[in-house]
Amino acid sequence: MQNLIEQYRQTVNAAVRDQSRLRIAGSGSKSFYGRATQGETLDVTAYRGIISYEPTELVITARAGTPLVEIEAALAERRQMLAFEPPHFGSGATLGGCIASGLSGPRRAYAGAVRDYVLGVRMMDGKGCVLNFGGQVMKNVAGYDVSRLLAGSLGTLGLLLDVSLKVLPVPAAEVTLRFEMNESDAITAMNRWAAQPLSLSATCYCDGVLTVRLSGASAAVRAVREKLGGESVENAAEFWRMVGEQQHEFFQTATPLWRLSVPPSTPMIAGKQLIEWGGALRWLVSDESAESLRALVAALGGQATLFRSAQAHDAPFHPLSPALLQVHRRLKNSFDPHGIFNVGRMYSEF
Amino acid sequence: MNKPDLIKQLQTILPADAVLFAQEDLKPFECDGLSAYRQVPMLVVLPETEAQVRDILLLCRREHVPVVARGAGTGLSGGALPLVDGVLLSLAKFKRIVSLDPLARIARVQPGVRNAAISEAAAAHGLYYAPDPSSQIACTIGGNVAENSGGVHCLKYGLTVHNVLKLRAYTMDGEMLELGSESLDAAGYDLLALFNGSEGMLGVIVEVTVKLLPKPELARVVMAAFASVAQAGAAVGEIIAAGIIPAGLEMMDKLSIHAAEDFVHAGYPLDAEAMLLCESDGTPEEVSEEIAKMEVILKRCGTTSLRTSANEADRLRLWAGRKAAFPAVGRISPDYYCMDGTIPRRELGRVLHRIAELSQEYGLRVANVFHAGDGNLHPLILYDANQPGEFHRAEEIGGKILELCVEVGGTITGEHGVGIEKINQMCAQFQEGELQLFRAVKQAFDPSGLLNPGKVIPTAHRCAEFGKQHVHHGQVAFPELPRF
Ligand SMILES: Cc1cc2nc3c(=O)[nH]c(=O)nc-3n(C[C@H](O)[C@H](O)[C@H](O)COP(=O)(O)OP(=O)(O)OC[C@H]3O[C@@H](n4cnc5c(N)ncnc54)[C@H](O)[C@@H]3O)c2cc1C
Repeated sequence: MQNLIEQYRQTVNAAVRDQSRLRIAGSGSKSFYGRATQGETLDVTAYRGIISYEPTELVITARAGTPLVEIEAALAERRQMLAFEPPHFGSGATLGGCIASGLSGPRRAYAGAVRDYVLGVRMMDGKGCVLNFGGQVMKNVAGYDVSRLLAGSLGTLGLLLDVSLKVLPVPAAEVTLRFEMNESDAITAMNRWAAQPLSLSATCYCDGVLTVRLSGASAAVRAVREKLGGESVENAAEFWRMVGEQQHEFFQTATPLWRLSVPPSTPMIAGKQLIEWGGALRWLVSDESAESLRALVAALGGQATLFRSAQAHDAPFHPLSPALLQVHRRLKNSFDPHGIFNVGRMYSEF
Repeated sequence: MNKPDLIKQLQTILPADAVLFAQEDLKPFECDGLSAYRQVPMLVVLPETEAQVRDILLLCRREHVPVVARGAGTGLSGGALPLVDGVLLSLAKFKRIVSLDPLARIARVQPGVRNAAISEAAAAHGLYYAPDPSSQIACTIGGNVAENSGGVHCLKYGLTVHNVLKLRAYTMDGEMLELGSESLDAAGYDLLALFNGSEGMLGVIVEVTVKLLPKPELARVVMAAFASVAQAGAAVGEIIAAGIIPAGLEMMDKLSIHAAEDFVHAGYPLDAEAMLLCESDGTPEEVSEEIAKMEVILKRCGTTSLRTSANEADRLRLWAGRKAAFPAVGRISPDYYCMDGTIPRRELGRVLHRIAELSQEYGLRVANVFHAGDGNLHPLILYDANQPGEFHRAEEIGGKILELCVEVGGTITGEHGVGIEKINQMCAQFQEGELQLFRAVKQAFDPSGLLNPGKVIPTAHRCAEFGKQHVHHGQVAFPELPRF
């Protein structure tokens, strides 16, 4: 593996010398997400494998090219899991892509996001230096929390090498319930229920049906289930997988798919939607212009991302304020002073 | 600009009583919770509006005057230590809860609001703010964000970084940054995560939006005594291996058990070498199931006595000793020095053994309090500041303990921050490459370097000097493991 790192370093050095750019690529499962980026492909899938996994420490460390399925299988064997339920969007999805895209799945509103579970990162910066941030321990405030910063940075700050993640035990019991109700009542219910100790672990509203997952100790799940009523869903794991992986029929469309991130109690927004995360995530299928959608969502205190669309868009992500944009540019420059990694993948400006 | 002119300028921004410059008014600000380091600031300002904060920063930026932000001053690493030629910016007047939305379960609060005050305000709605540092009746939410503080319940509910949704902060250049959002993510880099634990070096926080959680219906705690620290440590591993994430999982050693028992009479086992407090919370059904499982495991791991709280008063009494462990140790020694390393839990036996050896070598007693669930050690080094050389010895053994934490794959600070205190150990934890990047991150927010300068990130020169005094990392313990 040291050879591979050496090889990456040479590639980086060559790019610096030639003033060219690199496009970091895992399996390509999330290449639809964000802006297109130019440059020679730096394929990192060969840098793979679990480095250490200690169930009693609740920590796994793996190379960025490791397929997510491999990690999830190793965890499942010890009845543990990645609590943020990352979407794969393809059978080859790698750990690096999961961290760099920063996308989390159905459990996110109740268990936390990718970045909440990142404990440490080894990376290569834009000068070819290998740097270590964070660690393999739960609590660590030595220096700035660069490893969490890298989660969701879409490879624009550097090449992820090794990542340590906190893992959690698989809940002793899980049950999924469905309730027929209208959208407005569903938003209220998701918020009201989240304000009570009900062991919620996922919520989804679509087409007049609210689906809710409960996770926890068997006795607790049983008690909450009695309290809430509803109809039990068979094959629930498959249902949540379909939602998380966007294989649910709602997502089968050629119309642009928008990801609206809003305060959870935001009232109904017009348009064809699938709601997750207790109301905080609204998937919207719409031909509406970016400007008008963004104005609407910004007024609600949220942001709108063009998640998937047939036509490339120059600004899929919600625009940054000028002050924030300046900080982003400077950070990019700190990590990647020659501007070689995934330039423009996130915003056209850096 | 000279001092009188600066005072005059500040008085155009602030009411006269919000600019302190008389020596007796400055004195209370000379240190934070790490009182071994003291420095009276040039001036103290007490703004109460965001515009005032911005104008103070703009003025200081223009006049090249360094600024240090301060919350309640309970920090334990000297992060809020003033500068002789600097302005200390106290957020004491920012103590309003701006709004609390029980449906969306969020509270927007000013940075000077005390940690405990948020849960008090949320209680009427059956909600609370989860991170609970032992200092929670005094420390501020702004300080909590700056330190990424934890508490005894953060194993299950996370640290500050996991419970903050949004920040409003001014950079040293007077620019307002809004980081995060009231939804579950925000556009761009995760600067919110970066700000947590940044020790007041990237911006002055003027508003914090926190997540509120439903208060668990019930909580019960099991106290288990052990004849050895190693056995207690093994029990912690077994509980986690059984798939349980307790709401709290704390360990105390004999010296701290005795100190705490003498202080609060919690009913701790005085004959034990170590004890665990294992808490379960949730629905009554969940709690009984989890407590029963933990009792079985603790017995199997050889506990010598077991007691489970019978009611809420009993539970609070069992926690009182742990929560008062620092002041309790303060009663058995003229002074104590609190360390804060994190280690992989499996290394506990070895690290405590080595701490005991160091304690012998240096002739100073060490009491150990331990957030066992997440591997965060708080060795309390007992010393007497009036004995010449004792503080120096305490510092030295403290430094050794932190380097030991790094050696076993851990870190020099779990929750108290680097501040000025652990700046040398940063050279043990990081190589020059990482430190350079930290400096660049600082510059991205604060190009002039005037906000809390001299803290957290050592200069290359300092590390070179430190390296000369200490031989460390010469032989690394497990060279095959990734060192981060
Ligand atoms: C008895 C005792 C027990 C403790 N127990 C715990 C514990 O269990 N867990 C734990 O994590 N810590 C604990 N601490 C440490 C301390 O209470 C925490 O670090 C706390 O978060 C500091 O808050 P503060 O308001 O006192 O901040 P201060 O000490 O005033 O400041 C701390 C740092 O934050 C910066 N800062 C403060 N306010 C702002 C702002 N508005 N904007 C930008 N920067 C700011 C300062 O510049 C400084 O660097 C304990 C301390 C004591 C004395």
